[in-house]
Amino acid sequence: MRAPSSELPVVLDRVSFKTGETTIIDRLSLTMAPGAPTVIVGPNGSGKTTLLRICMGLIAPTDGGISWGGRQHAAMAHRAIVFQRPVMLRRSVAANVAYALARAGVARRARVAHVDELLARVGLLDLAPRAARRLSGGELQRLALARALARDPELLLLDEPTASLDPASTRRVEEIILMAAKSGIKIVMASHDLGQVRRIAGDVVFLARGALCEQRSADDFLNHPTTSEAAAFLRGDLVI
Amino acid sequence: MVSSNPTLVAIVRLSLAVSLTASLIAAVVGMPLGALLALTRFPGRAMLVVLFNAMMGLPPVVVGLAVYLLLSRTGPLGTMGILFTPAAMIMAQTILIVPIIAALTRQTVEDLWFDYRDELNAMEVGPARRIATLLWDARYSLVTTLLAGFGRAIAEVGAVMIVGGNIDGFTRTMTTAIALETSKGDLPLAMGLGLVLVGIVLAINAMAWAARLWSERQAG
Amino acid sequence: MQNRIQSLALALGLSIVTMAAPAFSQEKSIVVASTTSTQDSGLFGYLLPLFKAKTGIDVKVIAQGTGQALDTARRGDADVVFVHARSQEEKFMSEGFGVKRFDVMYNDFVLIGPASDPAGVKGSKDVSAALKTIQAKAAPFVSRGDKSGTHFAELALWKDAGIDIATTKGPWYREIGQGMGAALSTANAMNGYVLSDRGTWLSFKNRGDLVIAVEGDKRMFNQYGVILVNPDKFPSVKKELGQAFVDWLISPEGQNVIANYKIDGQQLFFPNAEKKAS
Repeated sequence: MRAPSSELPVVLDRVSFKTGETTIIDRLSLTMAPGAPTVIVGPNGSGKTTLLRICMGLIAPTDGGISWGGRQHAAMAHRAIVFQRPVMLRRSVAANVAYALARAGVARRARVAHVDELLARVGLLDLAPRAARRLSGGELQRLALARALARDPELLLLDEPTASLDPASTRRVEEIILMAAKSGIKIVMASHDLGQVRRIAGDVVFLARGALCEQRSADDFLNHPTTSEAAAFLRGDLVI
Repeated sequence: MVSSNPTLVAIVRLSLAVSLTASLIAAVVGMPLGALLALTRFPGRAMLVVLFNAMMGLPPVVVGLAVYLLLSRTGPLGTMGILFTPAAMIMAQTILIVPIIAALTRQTVEDLWFDYRDELNAMEVGPARRIATLLWDARYSLVTTLLAGFGRAIAEVGAVMIVGGNIDGFTRTMTTAIALETSKGDLPLAMGLGLVLVGIVLAINAMAWAARLWSERQAG
Repeated sequence: MQNRIQSLALALGLSIVTMAAPAFSQEKSIVVASTTSTQDSGLFGYLLPLFKAKTGIDVKVIAQGTGQALDTARRGDADVVFVHARSQEEKFMSEGFGVKRFDVMYNDFVLIGPASDPAGVKGSKDVSAALKTIQAKAAPFVSRGDKSGTHFAELALWKDAGIDIATTKGPWYREIGQGMGAALSTANAMNGYVLSDRGTWLSFKNRGDLVIAVEGDKRMFNQYGVILVNPDKFPSVKKELGQAFVDWLISPEGQNVIANYKIDGQQLFFPNAEKKAS
């Protein structure tokens, strides 16, 4: 259905990220291959957001290397990211999606139909003319997903997309994510919601203090954590 | 008396034409300039920001004098022959308000940029498109910026007096007419003209406000 | 949407420019640098429409002090000067900035003071004596202080009275650096004396308590002259149109118009052109 991916696998080779004296990511090596969603799990401050930004190519590692499908300085063309608190342009819902389409190089004439299709996919077609900044939290996340999907990504990075949503909204967002995964998009998502990990994850990357503790299938991780940090996290004991 | 007096109508028309034209030119120049200052980092940028902020307080007479010397027959642009014409007045007022528009735009766009930076980077938006996007999305605040510039233009007397010459029926504006009537000792007429000026400025601001409310409701 | 609004803004801008466009056309017009006294007295408002009806020439008047008006012409920014300070005009001519100087008309200066007359000079016909008294009693005196014709005339009168005003002036002597109207308003506000041309005084509307204190002294004679700016110095000078204005002012017709200008039945200016350049 889809041409072979040019973005995958994402390979991180002893990646470190430091600001001043603080080490946020610590010599992290990791491979993210095509397939079921990878969920990055870890307590607050473990470096999940920074890792996602590095994977997007928004920030460069201060040490180590990253490659996308074997290329080290790849353009972002087929990657997309949804930030934890997405910021919408001060325009309508439809205009926000149209803007993302335009930036992704979709011709003006093709945009209108494409906007409708994307909005239908996230269930926001009725709200197309509404001001984007007046959407509810759940609607905003779904619009952010539509905007990310407008880039026709092979790799979709999501930073705790349901962190502040009620259960019903969470469910709708997860449905969209799973649908995207099914269509062949590689999902890499940060989360600290274990229920969500169970529902979505194919494999889990567990971070603590910026370092990789485990990378295993979701079932293995949830049922048989091998590191003490992961076990403590699963028990609900805070890892600092 | 106000509506039936053709001289007064001509004076009001000229004031509006000069100050609105100057405001529009200043917007076309000043807004991208302010946005550029907001988005780029280069050596000397801080100095430029301070300079623009300071130039918001530029005395109109100084601008008038500088433009006068520039446009005088013996000045560098003397061959244009536009001293003592509305074109010279537009030029002086444009110079006067470009710093205001650039400085206020820079502040507005910089605030918005902090908001938008991640998203625009993630969409790989290029530099020119960034400026256009930020200016467009800041449009409601920028209307206020434009009004601030227009307000200063229509209210100033020093620059238009010097470069326009306050020629009856040709370069006489509301403010120079007020200055003239004051000097002739006709204080009631001067005050009356002043009230007309205040009324016009008020009406324009009210219209801009209404337009802003309406379009904000449309697009958020 | 964005494009539509942009084109709307462009259309608006264009319409404003075209709205102003008629004002930009400069066909058959000249710039005359003149004095506040001729403008504020209303003479130009009366005279220029008649000139335009006769010749079709628009005269754009920049009203400044005599010194400033001559400087404007020295920079080539005026076609004709119409001022009233003989010594300054002669200096202008000797520097080669003018073609020819013609007498046009005269009026006279009057010494204005408060009705209460704190210096006690009212009714005198001797301006020197009056100024001596004002200085001796340190009565408030407002000076234009702006190098205008009236300012030069005032300085000459102090000199005639044997007073070196530059060294003897005190707080009672206020140089305001503004036009005639502003000087009269200031005198009214501070109950001071002030030298004014009669034309501006007659048309001035904010007199308050001010009255004429001294008039009729021959030394208070105020001659106006007109000069075409030298086109050899400034090729931009519109010499035919400017010359037409000069010729008309000193023609019997122009002289007649000047004589006919009256405020409240009083003649303001007395034509005295001799058709002879000086």
